[in-house]
Amino acid sequence: MSRFWKWFWGVVIVVPLVAFVAWGVWDNTKLFFITLLNGLTLASLYFIVASGFTLVFGLMRNVNLAHGSLYLLGGYVGFLVAEKTGYFTLALAAGFLVAALVGLAMQVAIFRFMQGQDLRQTMVTIGLSIVIADVLLWALGATVHQTSAPEWLAGPLRDLPLITAYSKYRIALLPLGIVIGVLLWLFLNRTRVGMMIRAGVDDRAMLAAAGVNVNLVFATTFAIGAGLAGFGGVIGAVELSMVPGEDVRLLLASLIVVIVGGMGSVVGAAVGAIILGVAETYGLAYAPTYSVVFTFVILVLVLAFRPRGILGQAA
Amino acid sequence: MSAAEWRNAMNTGAAVPRPRRGVSAPPVSGGGAEIGERRIRRALEAIRLRHVIVLAALVVYPWVATPFLTFQIGAQSLALGLVALSLTFLGGYGGMISLAQMTVAGIAGYMVAIFGAASAADTAISLGWPWWLAVPVAIAVATLAAAFIGWLSVRTEGIYTIMITLAVGVAFYYLCLQNYSVFNGFQGFQRVNAPVVFGINWRDPLAFYYLALFWSLAGYFFVKYLLRTPFGIALQGIRDNPRRMNALGFNVTAHRIAASAAAGVLAAIGGVLLVWYNGLIGPGSVGTSWIINILIIAVLGGMNHPIGAFLGAIVFVLLQTFAIDVIDRERFNLVIGVVFLAIVLFSPDGLLGLWAALKSRFARSSGFSTPRGGIR
Repeated sequence: MSRFWKWFWGVVIVVPLVAFVAWGVWDNTKLFFITLLNGLTLASLYFIVASGFTLVFGLMRNVNLAHGSLYLLGGYVGFLVAEKTGYFTLALAAGFLVAALVGLAMQVAIFRFMQGQDLRQTMVTIGLSIVIADVLLWALGATVHQTSAPEWLAGPLRDLPLITAYSKYRIALLPLGIVIGVLLWLFLNRTRVGMMIRAGVDDRAMLAAAGVNVNLVFATTFAIGAGLAGFGGVIGAVELSMVPGEDVRLLLASLIVVIVGGMGSVVGAAVGAIILGVAETYGLAYAPTYSVVFTFVILVLVLAFRPRGILGQAA
Repeated sequence: MSAAEWRNAMNTGAAVPRPRRGVSAPPVSGGGAEIGERRIRRALEAIRLRHVIVLAALVVYPWVATPFLTFQIGAQSLALGLVALSLTFLGGYGGMISLAQMTVAGIAGYMVAIFGAASAADTAISLGWPWWLAVPVAIAVATLAAAFIGWLSVRTEGIYTIMITLAVGVAFYYLCLQNYSVFNGFQGFQRVNAPVVFGINWRDPLAFYYLALFWSLAGYFFVKYLLRTPFGIALQGIRDNPRRMNALGFNVTAHRIAASAAAGVLAAIGGVLLVWYNGLIGPGSVGTSWIINILIIAVLGGMNHPIGAFLGAIVFVLLQTFAIDVIDRERFNLVIGVVFLAIVLFSPDGLLGLWAALKSRFARSSGFSTPRGGIR
């Protein structure tokens, strides 16, 4: 693309955005900033779920379309544990563990036998997502399950500048998302297992030839990715509540996050999650019946100019 | 198709300076009437007894079956099969598994409801055009949408296509759900009925069955024909090795978009039939479960055969209609999910692949075996 067109498209995209921000702040400052915070906290949840998705995809070239079902599973498990024991931290651990175990079982029992057949693996995950969603519906019914936030995070945070008050729990999601992102980045870039995973992304066969047990690396990655979905489910059960159909919503969010951000990249997932979360909440606040159109337009724009996503690399 | 035929067809395509994009295939070069006669004779020779039996059975079926079986099983299978056929064409022969085919069908259905007539409550949105205007416009809009979705998804390959088309499909579902000014939100449109033309009420089970049968046969033979044209051959070449086809001077992107548009026409016709079959359209008709169901139907029958789409549709509709008598009505998704899993796990080429495997097992005793490909 020539420099002119880059500038042209830059101006076409940036100017309306700046105009909207200026108008939004001038029109209703409080609404604007609350929406911004809502967007960022939603992005945090999206990031936690989608980073697991992108991790699995990056290593195994397997689009795990059962990722949304794992999110739902983690959410329900977290709800039940929190109901029984009353400890939210325990619920988080349980949601992560159960989803990770189910993911591990999927890896060991099914995907190991169809390595390299990525399309078939994808179809299997579609089948699994149908089955898991229906079993969960069977077991827990179609009623809304909502975990209550832990006591020290319940209620609003008062006396803030600009927006006066905001939910403590939601605002806690921001540092949580950042911490998880940083931990994931450190894990991938500073540890031995992370090094193996990155090596596996680049060249699976070579990694195996170097004497690494690739199956173990695959299983670990899949478990972590699935666990992150379950972890996100527990968090989402407080913020968004759990009900059949949420799995599809989070699957769509994960898909768009990784398509926009770039597949197989954790930083890309963060960028994609922020763009999607903010766009979605602003859409809902300012143009409720067309909010999904904004998401779609972002998807189209990114695919048109960067088919591999904003931070994606050529395969 | 034999290797010689394939090479021949490839050369025909290459002789044309630029492979023509679009549905219509360039005429096969060569000497006129004699070749045409030979082609007809060869086509006639290809007809086997089983083809005649199946066709006769399809025509006679509504006269022996009850109206319920004609309409619920027969017509629904044909309409769903037509939508699944578009996926078979794209996935099995173009190498693009598009999950947006139900979305394309849904767009056609919505357009019929919006441009044509729906129930009185919706007239604020419905424009009330006559059917001969509304239906072609609906199909045209849906085809354009299919080409656009194709344009989006061909920029990437393989599993990326699944992700993008799924995202597009689900996004369209949420748009229908949230938007009231055009798509009438959660309610959608009721009483979108087939028109009365030539004094025949096409909503009548018998008439509607023959309407669905006609368009399904037309779609089936269209795909069969298209696959033998230079365009179809080039498309299969692109499926197998896009880089090589690109090096040979074929415009890979243009072929893929054209294939998406051609599949879009099929899906759109299927969508119009489906909306007339159901008599209504709403977000539920284009939701994830139906997006996935079309994939299930295509995979169930076998994605490497056009007839597989209809076979899968019949099995799916039979399961949907009668499995609920055996088990709980609510658990249909579990049944279909398990069936789908079993097929994907154990017979990647669907029921037809299963049949071929059985046949080759029996034939092996006499020294023959047929190698089969899986889902590509």
